[in-house]
Amino acid sequence: MTDDRKLLDELLNKQKAGTIKPSDRYAIPPQQMPAQDPGQRCGNVSEVALGYTEIQARLEAMRCLQCKTAPCVEGCPVRIRIRDFIAAIAEGHYDEALAIIKENSLLPAVCGRVCPQEVQCQEKCTVGKKFKDVDKAVAIGRLERFVADRAGSVPSVPKVASPTGKKVAIIGSGPGGIVAAADTRRAGHDVTIFEAFHKPGGVMVYGIPEFRLPKAIVQQEIDVLTQMGVKIVCNFVVGRTRTIEQLMKDDGFDAVYIGVGAGLPAFMKIPGEHLVGVYSANEYLTRANLMKAYDFGKGADTPIAVSKRVAVLGGGNVAMDAARTAVRLGAEKVYLVYRRSEKEMPARVEEVHHAKEEGVDFRLLQSPKQILGNSDGHVIGIECLKYELGEPDASGRRRPVPIEGSEFTLDVDTVIVAIGNGANPLIGQTTPGLELNKWGNIVVDEKCRTSLEGVYAGGDIVLGAATVILAMGQGRIAAAAINEYLANKK
Amino acid sequence: MSHRIVSKKQLSENVFTIEVEAPLVAQARRPGQFVIVGVNDDYGERIPLTIAGADVEKGTIRLIWQRVGKSTSEMADLKEGQSLGYVAGPLGKHTHIEKFGTVVCVGGGIGNAPLLPIARGMKEAGNSLISILGARTKELLILEDEFAALSDELIVVTDDGSYGRKALVTEPLAEICGRNRKPDLAVAIGPAIMMKFCCETTRKFNVPTQVSLNAIMVDGTGMCGGCRVEVGGQTKFVCVDGPEFDGHQVNFDMLMKRLNAYRTLEQKAHEAYKQHRCRIGLGK
Repeated sequence: MTDDRKLLDELLNKQKAGTIKPSDRYAIPPQQMPAQDPGQRCGNVSEVALGYTEIQARLEAMRCLQCKTAPCVEGCPVRIRIRDFIAAIAEGHYDEALAIIKENSLLPAVCGRVCPQEVQCQEKCTVGKKFKDVDKAVAIGRLERFVADRAGSVPSVPKVASPTGKKVAIIGSGPGGIVAAADTRRAGHDVTIFEAFHKPGGVMVYGIPEFRLPKAIVQQEIDVLTQMGVKIVCNFVVGRTRTIEQLMKDDGFDAVYIGVGAGLPAFMKIPGEHLVGVYSANEYLTRANLMKAYDFGKGADTPIAVSKRVAVLGGGNVAMDAARTAVRLGAEKVYLVYRRSEKEMPARVEEVHHAKEEGVDFRLLQSPKQILGNSDGHVIGIECLKYELGEPDASGRRRPVPIEGSEFTLDVDTVIVAIGNGANPLIGQTTPGLELNKWGNIVVDEKCRTSLEGVYAGGDIVLGAATVILAMGQGRIAAAAINEYLANKK
Repeated sequence: MSHRIVSKKQLSENVFTIEVEAPLVAQARRPGQFVIVGVNDDYGERIPLTIAGADVEKGTIRLIWQRVGKSTSEMADLKEGQSLGYVAGPLGKHTHIEKFGTVVCVGGGIGNAPLLPIARGMKEAGNSLISILGARTKELLILEDEFAALSDELIVVTDDGSYGRKALVTEPLAEICGRNRKPDLAVAIGPAIMMKFCCETTRKFNVPTQVSLNAIMVDGTGMCGGCRVEVGGQTKFVCVDGPEFDGHQVNFDMLMKRLNAYRTLEQKAHEAYKQHRCRIGLGK
C-alpha cells in the first residue's frame, strides 16, 4: 500500500469516527497536478495537465474544512455548491459530486480546466487564507475536472420538458451560447444555434489551445446539445445571412440570445503593425487551433508563419496561449513582452508557470515602441522601451512609466499582439434599435435583456473581454429570463 | 445544408466557374459581397471569394476563381454533382449603388468576376456604363460577352496584344477620364498592382474610385484581424469595413506585401498537391 493510500485511509477512519481535526486537514500536502514533462510537451499539442489520480483527488478533497459559511461558493460566478461536491469526492461518491456541480454548471470538464479559480472560489478558500497563499487553497478546479473526466465519455443528457411551440435562436456556439441553448431547450423550447464558423464551440475551439482544453471535450458537450434536440447550424452569419429582425419576423423565432463573443483585435497603434509576420493573437490562435496549422503540409491547408524568434505582446491568458503555441510550432526563442511587472499580469498563475517551464522568456516592464521590417515588409525586430512602476492608476495597478533613452531591440521574425479585443460590429451594424455603449458592446440589464423585446445578450459582446465561466453565467441568466418571457408570451 | 455544384465550366486554363447551391446566400447577397467557402470541414482552408452572381429561384450563387494554390486546385477538381464542404455569407458590406451619371468599370483578369454584379447594378440604377476589361493574353480574358451585353461602351485590352487593343487598362482609363465629360465614378477590381495604377490614373483627373480588396483573412466576420489594410492612414478590416474602399486612400504597397505573406508555404503545398493528383490519376 502506498503512503498516500495509507494517509487517506487514516483520514477517512478519523472522519468516520468523528475525531478528525482541522490540524489533520492542514497537514495533508497540497496535491500537485501531474503534468507532461516540459521538454516533451513543447513538441506536441497534447494536454499539459494530466489530471489527478483517484487517491490524489480524495486527499485533496480531505483538505477541505467543510466551512459552514462556504466562502468558496461566494467566489463562484455560477454558485456551484463547492463544499458539498468536495465532500462527495472525499467519500468516493463521484457521480453524486458531478450531479451537484451540474445543478449549476453545464461544462465542468471545461471549467475545471480554464476557470481562473485563484481569483474566484480558491481565492476565498479558508485553507488558502490559513497558509496566506492562494496556491495552497483547496484545488477546487482540479477536483471539478477530476469528477468531470471520471464520468467518462458519455455525459448524461438532461431531460427536456414537453414542447412549448416557442422558438429560440442562439447566436454563437461558445460557452454562453451552449448554456443558454441547453437551459432554454430543457424548458421545452425549439432551439437553434447559429454559428458563423464551420465548427461549433466558439472560443473553446478557435482560441483556447488543445494543450489546455482538448477539443474532444468541447465536442462531447456539443453532442449532448444535439442529443437534447438542439439544432446547430454552422456557417450562418447572423447579421449577414439573416438579420435578427428576419429571424424574429420571418422565421418565427420568439426570442434571441446574442453570444457572438470577441470582436476585432486591438492593436498597439505603433509603427510596423502592418508588416508581414505581425499577427493578432486571435488570428494566430485561430490558424493554429481551429484550422490546425500545426499540421500544415501534413493534411492541413491553412498556413502559419514558420517562426524562429517570436515576441508576444501582452500579459493575459491569451498572450500565454499564443506564446506556448509558438513554442509548439517550433520557435527557438519566444519572448513575452509586458509593460507592467509579473504581479500585475492578468494571466493565471498556472499559465505563467507553464509558459516559463516551456522556456518562454518573460520581458517584464518593457513595451514595444515600433516593429521593424525589411524591404519585403517582413518583421525583423522590435524596438522596446524599459519601464518602471509609478503611482497606481484607475485600475488600482501601478502605472508603468517609460524610462527615457532605454530603447533596445529584440531580433524577432514574428510578433503576436495579445492586448485584447473590441466589440464585433456585425450585429450592431445590422440590428436597428439595439442599444450599444460607446465601445460598441451591447447594453443589457441584470436579466441580460437588451433594448429590443425578446432579444438577450451575454459574454464578451456585453462584458468586453471576459472568461468562459462569466459567459456561461450570463448564458444561464439570459436563459432563465427567456424562459420566463416565453412562459408569459401569448 | 448541402452545397451541391449544379454546373461547372472552365473559363480559361486556370479559371473556373461554378453555380453552387446556397439558397440563403443567394437571397441575401448584394453586389460587392463575398462568401467564404471550404472544400472540407476538418483540414480545409477557408477561401474568401466574391460572389459573381446569384439565382434566387434556383437558390444558387455563381463563383469564379483562379487555380493558384492547393485549396483552389482542390476546388477546381470538384465535379458537377459534388458538393463544397461549406459556404458562409454573404460577407462584407455591399456596394453603394445609385445613379452617379457615367460609371467606368475596370476589370483585370479574375477581377472581372466580382466586377460583373457591380456593373450590372450600376447599369440597372440608370448609369451610363463604360467597361474596360484587361487580361494578360486572349485566353485569360473572361466574361467579355456578359460585359458587352451590359455596357454602353466596352474596351478590351491585352498585355500582349493577342486580342483587343495592346495596352494596360490604365491607358484607355486615362483617355476616358480625359474626355470632356469625365466619368463620375470609377470602379476598379483586379490584381492589387492594377488597382494601384488605376487609382493613380484617376487621381490625376479627380475621378472618385472604388476598389475591392482581396486581403488574406480567416474568419471573415470581424474576429481575426488578418485582413487589416491601411486606408487614409487608419487601420481598416476588409471583412467588416470593406471589401470596397476609396481607392485613393488605400495603401496598396502594404497590401501587396501582406498578400505575399504565405507565398513560399503555399507554393510548397501546391507542388505537393500536384504530385499527389498525378499519382492518383486526377486531371492531366
